[in-house]
Amino acid sequence: MANNNDQSTKLTAKDFKSDQEVRWCPGCGDHAIMNAIQRALPQMNIPREKFAFISGIGCSSRFPYYMNTYGFHGIHGRASAIASGTKSANPDLSVWQITGDGDSMAIGGNHLIHTVRRNVDLNIVIFNNEIYGLTKGQYSPTSKYGAVTKTSPYGTIENPFHPGELVIGAQGKFFARSVDLNMKLNQEIFLEAQKHKGTSVVEILQNCVIYNDKAHAVIADKKHREDRQLVLRHGEPMIFGKNRDKGIVLEGLRLKVVEIGKDGYTEDDILVHDAKTKDPGIHLMLANMQYPEFPVAVGIIRSVEADTYEHKLEEQIDQVREQSEYQSVDDLLQSGNTWEVK
Amino acid sequence: MSKKTDVIEREEVVVRFAGDSGDGMQLTGTLFSDTSAFIGNDLSTFPDYPSEIRAPQGTIGGVSGFQVHFGHKQVNTPGDYADVLVAMNPAALKANLKLIKSGGTIIVDQDSFTEKNFRKAGYQTDDPIKEDQLEGYNIIKAPISTLTKETLKDEGLDPKSILRSKNMFALGMVYWLFDRPLKYTEQFFERKFKKKPKVIDANKKVLEAGYNYAETVELLTPTYRVSPAPIEKGIYRNIDGNKATAWGFIAASEKSGLQLFCGSYPITPASEILQELSTRRDFGVKTFQAEDEIAGICTAIGASFAGSLGVTTTSGPGLALKSEALGLAVMAELPLVVVDVQRGGPSTGLPTKPEQSDLLQALYGRNGESPVVVIAASTPSNCFYYAFTAAKIALEHMVPVVLMTDGFLANGSEPWRIPKMADYPDIHPPFVPQGEKDWMPYARDPEKLSRTWAVPGQPGYEHRIGGLEKDELKGSVSHDPQNHERMVYLREEKVNRVVQDVPDLKVEGEPSGEILLVGWGGTYGHLRTALDELQKEGHSVGLAHFNYIRPLPANTHQVLNQFNRIVVCELNRGQFIDYLAMQHPHHTYLKYNKVQGQPFTTVEITEHVKKLLEA
Ligand SMILES: Cc1ncc(C[n+]2csc(CCOP(=O)(O)OP(=O)(O)O)c2C)c(N)n1
Ligand code: SF4
Ligand SMILES: [Mg+2]
Repeated sequence: MANNNDQSTKLTAKDFKSDQEVRWCPGCGDHAIMNAIQRALPQMNIPREKFAFISGIGCSSRFPYYMNTYGFHGIHGRASAIASGTKSANPDLSVWQITGDGDSMAIGGNHLIHTVRRNVDLNIVIFNNEIYGLTKGQYSPTSKYGAVTKTSPYGTIENPFHPGELVIGAQGKFFARSVDLNMKLNQEIFLEAQKHKGTSVVEILQNCVIYNDKAHAVIADKKHREDRQLVLRHGEPMIFGKNRDKGIVLEGLRLKVVEIGKDGYTEDDILVHDAKTKDPGIHLMLANMQYPEFPVAVGIIRSVEADTYEHKLEEQIDQVREQSEYQSVDDLLQSGNTWEVK
Repeated sequence: MSKKTDVIEREEVVVRFAGDSGDGMQLTGTLFSDTSAFIGNDLSTFPDYPSEIRAPQGTIGGVSGFQVHFGHKQVNTPGDYADVLVAMNPAALKANLKLIKSGGTIIVDQDSFTEKNFRKAGYQTDDPIKEDQLEGYNIIKAPISTLTKETLKDEGLDPKSILRSKNMFALGMVYWLFDRPLKYTEQFFERKFKKKPKVIDANKKVLEAGYNYAETVELLTPTYRVSPAPIEKGIYRNIDGNKATAWGFIAASEKSGLQLFCGSYPITPASEILQELSTRRDFGVKTFQAEDEIAGICTAIGASFAGSLGVTTTSGPGLALKSEALGLAVMAELPLVVVDVQRGGPSTGLPTKPEQSDLLQALYGRNGESPVVVIAASTPSNCFYYAFTAAKIALEHMVPVVLMTDGFLANGSEPWRIPKMADYPDIHPPFVPQGEKDWMPYARDPEKLSRTWAVPGQPGYEHRIGGLEKDELKGSVSHDPQNHERMVYLREEKVNRVVQDVPDLKVEGEPSGEILLVGWGGTYGHLRTALDELQKEGHSVGLAHFNYIRPLPANTHQVLNQFNRIVVCELNRGQFIDYLAMQHPHHTYLKYNKVQGQPFTTVEITEHVKKLLEA
């Protein structure tokens, strides 16, 4: 990615707003997520024309229309594939996929896991409201077991996907989670996602005020969030709580919440977050922590270096080209067995 | 090499090689075709194989065949019936009985004529010759397996490898029968097994042994000679339809200066296009083997969005999966080529057999008013030209194009006079020049109605596209009813205006008269041969063969007007005829259809036309 160091083109969040009226419901979590992205983009030192926002279908997928960048509002579930094509064709672009929980994990689940497996350098932001917003309130693959929705009036009888588990299971190298209104952390995460080479998946717990209001309130609520969210930072101990008196330890093969200063636990016993370790074991456990047994992990849970699909593709092209005997299509057509008719 | 008694000059000959799918019949047939091409025959080939890789050995279902038709004159089809059949086992004999000319020559591996194999092939008795009433045929029973083993007994090869080369013994026999040199096939061994001198040696020995055997046993007389064909001067090569398609796209990439991106999912009989393009990293080709057909087309659309030549290749079932995304390309007005190598349907149908039953799917198989350009190649080698042309139209008109071929063209091969790229036109996509004032994404070229193309990375032209209805100029989302209707019209009219690039329809044979044969796509060779034969017999017949389906050539009506009756011949239940009758209602159309997963035979067509003329 070519950096744009020219100060005269220093961009601001405003430069990333398009002239289209934003049509999300007032109070929808999507507004805040977009604000965080629009604030994060100017900090990336990438010229505006190099951003491409690509989405599927859903409330969240309207996102590209509101961005003054190149954008492509695709078809339901297929944004990963469209974005993979764009990035593979031109690795110089910063390609962002905006998607919902249904778009990415129901109809588009297959594309998501394969994109992650290939490690195409996309930044995938999943707006997880645990509901189908655009189609007005049917349950989604992330709706909690038993959730009552328009298509599950007696409660769902399906186990939900946990995006982190899915992504890490598909050999994901970067996974982060946050909550829609957490502006500061979200900007931090988007910056890191952009820097990370390879597929970065960011799950944002998003509130749909209309069809699934307060789905994340238990952990997002201001009153309780310090006690119910664990903010992970690479190299820092996993301490949380209003009084920063709780932490995570590894006991046997399992994680456990302990109180510092109680039962003989000191700060030294608390796990230190290592987002960069290749072994997905602890990352998976962290991603799967659920309230009330655990706090919900937010921040960058996993960030592991690995070569990207599009880079390997270009590298292979360079290598094969170097050894090729062909300069032009004429050479190719004349290759192999030919004969002359006189 | 040897002196021959009783050499018969022939205008043309059809040879069919048949055996178990593990017997290497496709290779045998290909090697024979290559040699025939090198010595100057014109030819056409048709591989006919089962969809299972190794169906139960020795059974009819497992028989794999390769037919080659070569001649001293122009050859347009792989031939209806074989003059010579090589049958490596009883099942191969039984499966191909109907495809041999009455009184033709049949070479069988006598060693395979065992009780067990007779039962597997479904023979009631132990004498297939009698059971199938083949007494009038020239049957050559040769102990091919035994003699192959004998030839290689001192080579230190394992018994399996030894038996595997028995196809080369059979090939040697056929070379003698048609007075063909061995050297091209020997050169092939040398290239193919460069690092295995032992294998080169063994194959050469067996080939030669077969040749010598045929010479020694006088059973094989008379032998045939087919002299070189008087074909146009130039440098030639053999090419099959799938390779020609892949190369056509590479040529379009060179002529447009755009990177070629192919997102695809493997499917018979289209996979070889993706395979060939994957090899062509040296031309900067980016191939993406997607997780399914939907991802295949979507990656191609994503690459188009980024400014590449986006291509996706598939067959009928895959085209069905791509339909929603193809609609997205229609709406986004991005260039895209979708190749449909048709096979027998519906559903999984007959994966390895040709049919023309996807035409209506290509034309209409999408939600909404969703017009695309549809063109069809008509010979294995002109897949190159039509792939190039499909890409040129897509790029210059900012429109999706479906290129139809079929299993017959894809796997069939023929000699091809290699074109010079200097004779091909440049391709000029409508990119927005830098510095354009007040550019609007959906403003159109007044002639073509194509929109201009700004690609991510170009400063100042940031814009959004997508599947929601677009404002006529700005391209932003619009729900305005009048705007929608205008956009529907514009997208359709844009496709119609491609007619400016479409050459006039040619009539072969009589320019006017009683009967006009009409075909499209892969049936050209058979229709053309039928036409020649009907004309030779003095019938008033013409042939109009369509490569451009949507839009149809501008002179279509005039051509149709010159004939009393129009007979539309298709390998389906009549899809083109319905389409044609819809576009040009004021003609009398008759249909002639075949849906057997097999090409037409020339005889079928000539007989049908003669019946019509008599009635
Ligand atoms: C092929 C297809 N099937 C179904 C739909 C209908 N549809 C549109 S969005 C959607 C679900 C959206 O849910 P999600 O991805 O979670 O996005 P949200 O609206 O919640 O942001 C569905 C089922 C469609 N547009 N296309
Ligand atoms: S329906 Fe829900 S998700 Fe959609 S815009 Fe409204 S609040 Fe947001
Ligand atoms: Mg949702």
